[in-house]
Amino acid sequence: MKPGMGRPFWLALAMVIALVAVGVLQSWNVALAILNLQLISAVMALGINIQWGYAGLFNFGIMGFTALGGLAAVLVAMPPVAEAWAAGGRGMATAAVTLAGTAAVIWALHRVVKVKALRRPAMALVFVVGLALTRSFYSPSVAAIEAVDSSVTGFLGGLGLPIMVSWLAGGALAAAVAWVIGRITLGLQSDYLAIATLGISAALVAVLRNEDWLARGVKNVTTLPRPVPYEQDLHGQDWFVDLSAQVGMDPSLLSGLVVKALYALLFGSVLLVLFWLSHRALHSPWGRMMRAIRDNRDAAEAMGKDVTRRHLQVFVLGSAVVGIAGAMLVTLNGQFTPASYAPFRYTFLIWVMVIVGGSGNNGGAILGGFLIWFLWVQAEAGGPWLMTLLTSGLQEGTSLRQHLLNVAPHMRQLVMGCILLMVLRLSPRGLLPEQSGKHNLAQRRNGTERS
Amino acid sequence: MKTNRPSMSWRPPWWIAVGMALGLVVLSAVSRDGGGVNLLNALVRFANFVVIPGISYGCQLALGALGVTLIYAVMRFSDFAHADTMAFGAMGVILVTRVLQGMGISAGPLPTALLALPFGILGAVILALVLDRTVYRFYRQQRAAPVTFVIASIGAMFVTNGLVRLIIGPGDQRFADGTRFIVRVQAFKEMTGLSEGLALRTTHVITLVVAVIVVLGLFFFLNRTPLGKAMRAYADNEDLALLSGINPERVALWTWIIAATLATIAGTLYGLDKSFKPFTYFQLLLPIFASAIVGGIGKPLGAIVGGFVVAFSEIAFTYPYRKILGYLGFEADGLVQLLSTDYKFAVCFIILVVVLIWRPRGIFQGRVI
Amino acid sequence: MADPFLIGEAITCGYGDTNILHGCTISVEKGEIAVIVGPNGAGKSTAMKAVFGLLPLRGGAVRLGGQDISTLTPPDRVAAGMGFVPQTNNVFPSLTVRENLEMGAYLCPRNMGGRIEQLAQLFPILKERSRQPAGELSGGQRQQVAVARAMMTQPKVLMLDEPTAGVSPILVQELFAKIQEIAAAGIAVLIVEQNARQALSFAHKGFVLVQGNNRFTGTGQDLLGDPDVRQSFLGG
Repeated sequence: MKPGMGRPFWLALAMVIALVAVGVLQSWNVALAILNLQLISAVMALGINIQWGYAGLFNFGIMGFTALGGLAAVLVAMPPVAEAWAAGGRGMATAAVTLAGTAAVIWALHRVVKVKALRRPAMALVFVVGLALTRSFYSPSVAAIEAVDSSVTGFLGGLGLPIMVSWLAGGALAAAVAWVIGRITLGLQSDYLAIATLGISAALVAVLRNEDWLARGVKNVTTLPRPVPYEQDLHGQDWFVDLSAQVGMDPSLLSGLVVKALYALLFGSVLLVLFWLSHRALHSPWGRMMRAIRDNRDAAEAMGKDVTRRHLQVFVLGSAVVGIAGAMLVTLNGQFTPASYAPFRYTFLIWVMVIVGGSGNNGGAILGGFLIWFLWVQAEAGGPWLMTLLTSGLQEGTSLRQHLLNVAPHMRQLVMGCILLMVLRLSPRGLLPEQSGKHNLAQRRNGTERS
Repeated sequence: MKTNRPSMSWRPPWWIAVGMALGLVVLSAVSRDGGGVNLLNALVRFANFVVIPGISYGCQLALGALGVTLIYAVMRFSDFAHADTMAFGAMGVILVTRVLQGMGISAGPLPTALLALPFGILGAVILALVLDRTVYRFYRQQRAAPVTFVIASIGAMFVTNGLVRLIIGPGDQRFADGTRFIVRVQAFKEMTGLSEGLALRTTHVITLVVAVIVVLGLFFFLNRTPLGKAMRAYADNEDLALLSGINPERVALWTWIIAATLATIAGTLYGLDKSFKPFTYFQLLLPIFASAIVGGIGKPLGAIVGGFVVAFSEIAFTYPYRKILGYLGFEADGLVQLLSTDYKFAVCFIILVVVLIWRPRGIFQGRVI
Repeated sequence: MADPFLIGEAITCGYGDTNILHGCTISVEKGEIAVIVGPNGAGKSTAMKAVFGLLPLRGGAVRLGGQDISTLTPPDRVAAGMGFVPQTNNVFPSLTVRENLEMGAYLCPRNMGGRIEQLAQLFPILKERSRQPAGELSGGQRQQVAVARAMMTQPKVLMLDEPTAGVSPILVQELFAKIQEIAAAGIAVLIVEQNARQALSFAHKGFVLVQGNNRFTGTGQDLLGDPDVRQSFLGG
């Protein structure tokens, strides 16, 4: 079953038709809102596909890298809070220095002290003392920072740069953290890597939720600047009012559409650039090597390829792409809400996108992002609709009917699970399989099984 | 980094140092005014807030991790749906409990949920078998790669999670009834005259008793019955098991039955102890995986030890020790908490990473995934 | 002449696109020892796997006691009376020696204790190490457990894939002696062996395979005496 060029075209066309149908039947506002998140989801799926499809890496830490991208948006775009810096900046800097110093001393001890019986106790002692010292600077500074006008700021703020800069910064931040995580975990085989990254992402989000001085924690940062004009600014201007008169739409309605369309334009161009880059990478000697490593790790290792190093590269690259998507997501929302990062939505759903779309095929991952996000949104809306239909036989106001109607939006989990399982069974290589054809989920028993 | 060191030898000087430090603490406590009483108070407080909850939570994690480890040993994949299977089983128990309560049936001082447990187990077993027939069996016959199983288990996770939310809703459910306490704080204080109280909740005792019975039963099954031995043999050497006439389908069937039973029991005990909420159960996935891996995945005994290691670390790292230290004669300004309670889940992850790096096969030398 | 007790007749099979065996025939009678020898890559182990059903046949047939068993799965062949000792991974490492034997009797646990007792007379190690995990045994001991496990299935044919691989040279002779005892009890024994000279010296029948074809067939002594065989495969 080898799809020709027709299949991507028809699937893409079907997606466009579905979006237009939403625009006509529901509203164009909804359609554009879906499109924007589809674009961001597609970028995330692309990032994961780089790791999974190119290198067979099982990254379940998507949520963490998305959140890091969001953090970058806050740290780049929010204005700095001068009072907070004055109150606790010095203390935090000292804490950072002592922490780094502790790490350096421990490292030095590890290297210098040759007597084993002494080394461990010495390292433990330095660790405890260093941590206590760090904490003695850190805790009061945190308290001081968080006390600064805590209902509005209570954090250090950011750099006050344009928010689009944060898309790059988000990628860079995610890449840096991915490098550290990769150094720790990439020696691990598939399942372990999945569990370890899942754990790390949970820990990362826990940090973001609790360290209020960094990005206000669960108090959220809600006033992020935008890269596009605000609606009210638009329909305050004469040319815009004229324009809406010409189109025959209410200015407030049109402004909403224009803003969303501008976002879509920005996200779409990012997606295109990333798609082009990853396409080039996949078909470069580097990409061929990556696939060679993926398909036969032992052979690649025997040929002298440093597999772990290549894996680290691809892990960092893919995570950076996810970080970019995370920054774009926060840009679109205009707010950073650490509590909203849940593994279902930000890790497993993205995986469904990659698997359904076609692992190893960038186009497939993007299609998966579009398709699954569409279904995820529509299933939430469709669940209650279906449930109303199903329960119409029940008496109005009975508790069972009420319960069913209340829980109906959760039907989408079920729908997603069924879609994933069906695609995995019927078309294990996804809707748009990888062209080279070597990469088949059902045939990848080597490497992991015998270890 | 992957190389596996044969054994980490514990040097005696460490233990001597720790022992001396403890001795000093005890001495300093006893030598103060009110000496021994303070020490007792400290111990009671520690028992009340760390030991008892730790044992309880440890049992719950151990039961969950046993299921994960069994599935891994026999079917060679990490079952990401396991926490949701726990939720599904516990949900069945809750629904039947409600029916029983409506009919006026109760277990006296014990929670009604214990009567409902068999029904919940039945529900979870049916779900597990349906999923096995519709999903996993196909890949087993294909001899598909472990990653395929993991992805399939994510599908199963979505389905199970969706079912739970559809049937019982995402909200919080409390279903513990019967006598809440065996020993109350007030009664304990009056009885002993200490200023610290000790509460022994019924659910804690039930958790421990049930867990001990279940674990003994499981070990008897695995080590003494032909089927249990066949399961171990299959986990050991799949091809040779086939040559010995062991039917893989039968082994898989019983693995799912046992894993679903363990999951339901773990889920019910956790729900009785705290409360039932689908999302909370989903979050248990990480500590359960951590327990299984820390102990050595594929090793049942490892899952139990791992469960307690994770549970005690989670609680011990996030408990504020100020009052205990106060009893021992060290007045502290802060809470003397190693980590904020919010980092509970981060603790198990830190343990996990430490184990993965330094001892990737866990305490009991399980398989390397 | 009637069919031999076990015969793989004109077997063709292989991996992927290439055939490894080209119409090769292997047979053994009850109470006999048949040895398959040949240079590396001749298809010795492949022939064994084909007879046991671990590889699908592309031509030819396998018959046991006159019955065509070509389509049976390996577990079904075990039930039909074929015991197989793989070359590697042939014990359950974390199970005790005793449990390994019990697994051999999984399908037919009747009189298990008595059967174990009987085997223990042949292999005293089974008694001595009965409670030790099989994974902790030495190569030679492990091989004995593996053979004993296969014998627990009460086979009429015992098939051994290089049983002396990884066994110290001193113990090889001992292992061969035990295999001869097993054959003397009326069981057909089929062995793939690297130690060609040693194995042929006691074999009733030898099959020399070269590039997936029968090159020489005869009694062990015949083959040992044949100058061609000696020249090409036994190093003169």
